Parts: sequence; C-alpha cells; structure tokens
Amino acid sequence: MSTPTADVVVTGLGATTPLGGDVASTWEALLAGRSGVSRITDDWAKDFPAQLVARLTIEPAEVLDRVRIRRLDRSQQVAVIAAEEAWRDAAGADSGVDPLRVAVVFGTGIGGAVTLLDQDDILEAKGPKRVSPFTIPMLMPNGPAAAVGLAVGARAGVHAPVSACASGAEAIRWGLDLLRLDRADMVVVGGTEACVHPLPMAGFSAMRAMSTRNDEPERASRPFDKGRDGFVLGEGAAALVLERADAAKARGAKIHARLAGAGGTADGYDLVAPHPEGEGAGRAITAAIRDAGLTAADIGHVNAHATSTPIGDTAEAAAIRDAIGDHPLVTATKSQTGHLLGAAGALESVFTILALREQLVPATANLDDPDDDAAVQALDIVRRDARKATFSAALNDSFGFGGHNMALVFTTV
Amino acid sequence: MPSTADIQAGLAEILEEVAGVAPADATPEKSFTDDLDVDSLSMVEIATAVEDKFGVAIPDDELANIKTVGDAMSFIEKNQG
Repeated sequence: MSTPTADVVVTGLGATTPLGGDVASTWEALLAGRSGVSRITDDWAKDFPAQLVARLTIEPAEVLDRVRIRRLDRSQQVAVIAAEEAWRDAAGADSGVDPLRVAVVFGTGIGGAVTLLDQDDILEAKGPKRVSPFTIPMLMPNGPAAAVGLAVGARAGVHAPVSACASGAEAIRWGLDLLRLDRADMVVVGGTEACVHPLPMAGFSAMRAMSTRNDEPERASRPFDKGRDGFVLGEGAAALVLERADAAKARGAKIHARLAGAGGTADGYDLVAPHPEGEGAGRAITAAIRDAGLTAADIGHVNAHATSTPIGDTAEAAAIRDAIGDHPLVTATKSQTGHLLGAAGALESVFTILALREQLVPATANLDDPDDDAAVQALDIVRRDARKATFSAALNDSFGFGGHNMALVFTTV
Repeated sequence: MPSTADIQAGLAEILEEVAGVAPADATPEKSFTDDLDVDSLSMVEIATAVEDKFGVAIPDDELANIKTVGDAMSFIEKNQG
C-alpha cells in the first residue's frame, strides 16, 4: 500500500530534440557544446524581426509510420516518439503492469496550433468540406497526452496540464502525485511542443520575447549573459516513466534517479511578466526541496529555466540565490536547445537526471559576459566546459506565462 | 469509364494512403471497421478521396451504409458519371 510519502523513481527516459533524435544523442550533443539553432530560410521569415529556430534533428516521418504522421499533429508525433523511447527504456511492455494501472500525464504549451492554422488555410481556399476530420483531435491540447496514452496502452487515466512553458514540469509533478495517491502503478509523463509557424513566431516577436540576433544563430540563446535579447523557439518532446520504488525494485527495473519532490506556485503578479525578484519561483523551489525532505544545502545542481530573456533570467537568478543559495552548480541548457516551451521542463528534467547520474554538469553556452545583476553574479554558473562534481540532489525549475512556477527535485538512488 | 478492377485498385490506393492498409488486403469482402481497422474519421477522409479520384460524392447517409470494400466499389460503379 502506498502512502503520500511513497518513494517514486524514474525508470525510463525519452526525447527527440534539436540536438538529437533520442536521449543518448541529445546528451552527447549537449556535452559537446553543439547548438540546435539555425536561421529560417523560408521566404515568409524574411521580414520577421526574429528569424531563428531550433528544429528537430530527426524528422518524425523518419521514425513513425505514415498513418500516424497523417493523423497526428507534429506536437503529438514528437510526444509519441519520446514516450515510446521512454517506455522501451523502462521495459514497460515487459513489466507485467496492468494497463488499467498505467497513466499518462503529458503537457503542451501551445498544442496543435500548426494544424489549426493549416486547416484554416484549407477552409479559406477550398471550403468546409475539405477540412480534415482529424482537425479537432490534432489541435486539442490533450491530443498529445491521448496519443501517448494509445501508444503505451494506458487506461488508468490520461491527463494534460497546460501551463505554458511550465507544462512539462507540471506533468511530472502530476505523475508524482498520481503515484503517491496510488491512482496508478506506472505513469508516462512529459511535455511536447512543435509550433514553428509564422503566427506563433510573430506573436512571440510582438511580445519582444525572441532573440533578433539573426546573423549569429548559434550565439543567440545566451542565458544570463549581458548581451541576451530573448529566447529562440525550439521544437521537440521529452518523456519519463515514473513508478514507485518498491515496485521498480521488485521487477528489477533499471533506476535512473529518484523523483524526490515537487513544488508549484503562482506569482499572482502579472499575466506574463515574472515577479522581478522571483518571489513565486523561489516559493516553488523551497516547496520542492521541503517536499523532498531535504534542505537547500543538499541541492548540488540546478538546471535553470533561463530562457535568455532580459527580465526572466535575473528574476530566476534571484529566486535560486534566495531559495537555495550560491553553492549549487547552475546550468542553462536552452543556450543550445532553444526554448521548447511546453517540453522544456521535461527535457531539462532528463538533463538533470543525466547530470545527477553521471555527476557531470553541462556548460551554459554563450555565457561570455555574465549580467552585472547581483543575483546572477552570486550564482556559480557552469560555463565553457562541463564540470565534474559530487552531488546527490539536483533541482529543475520551470516557469510559464500566466505566472506558473514549478520545481522538481531529483536525487541519486 | 473505369472498370471494376480499376475501381478496386483505386480504392486500394486510397486505403493505403489514408489508413495504411496493404493493397493486397483491400478485397471486396473486407469490412472497413472489422477487418481493416478503418475508423469513422478515416471513412470521412476516404469519402473525400473517392470524390477526388472518381468524381463520385458519397452523401453521409450513404456513407453509413458502406460497410465493405465491395459496398464502396458498387456505390462508385453505380454513381459514376
């Protein structure tokens, strides 16, 4: 019988990203310092202020069958690819788990926007009879979770948190709760995003949120650097398989890490601007550490949300310094992956787990000249080369437009 | 005017494209839902593709009566212009 303090572990990892088509190639590219960012060469982008994007390295059509490519929005395709890798990694199909006890929690920030826009083009050009009967399932924000649920045969429940760029992290937190509440025995959690299209690009640009360093794509995403001028839109998905530690050990599963705790708060400050001192972010971090039964001193590494926006990075630096201190090794992997929005929290959780497992913190690319901000100056941000370290607990935080703050604590087993 | 064999071949092409059905499986006695795993949304796509390929529109109430590949072939044969 599980209790609210049941130990939950990670037994599967999956990802398809601008750095690689799976977890291993993504991690290798991250450590090698490679950038996933390039300049859009399509005609439509010519007059756009921001022309940079971090696209997938492996097209979904190379991995999935033609029928699924046709029926799933791109955000759903990558969700399924990442989830299937995680499910294989966990040997989920051979685990003997009852499908009635398998759940899915998969978030997205934007969902099937590209389907919506493409089908609107068809509506305008050819009329309503030519709109695909798959339009609604392809654009609905629970679509990725539902597609993953079908892929792994989950029947305990399929859930889809939507909290902008905190969605992926929120999904992981929900998964932890489901296992603690004994509502499932295995949960596939993650986040996904694939909305590279003129309209979202124009919308984010209109918010002045995107980098316009168009002539230096690989140098554009520069979290915590003085010269940062916005994020770079990325696409991809990441997934984790969670289960209770006793069950995982009983079936002899490979255990990547323990998901020790989670915290979530809301800023209650502004619709999109973060609280300048990261007040809500700091509360989420503190709540996650407390939930894990740890203290701030235990956290040896933080994979920061750090999107490379002028306001967001300093607010987060303040939150990390105030809630944890200046001792953890901080990294900002969006410097190479770009910002995967609803997938970011899931992908960065994968990175946090790998850093913990290998006792190696990836470097923050493009951090040539750290911001003069006192909080940024106080942090120990890993730059230039990955750094070896000894730590048993690490934290990943994610924040979303809407004032959503999420933090997750992973520990060694 | 396409022959019965042409219609069967054309339908097989549509089924492969829309629902991933192997062309050899698209034989007249096959039920779309029971044998070929074609769901109701895919049937709507198939109807659109049939209209494009054969110039035969299938009204929704007729579509509901089309259960097998043979039913679809007969409908196209009877209604083509």
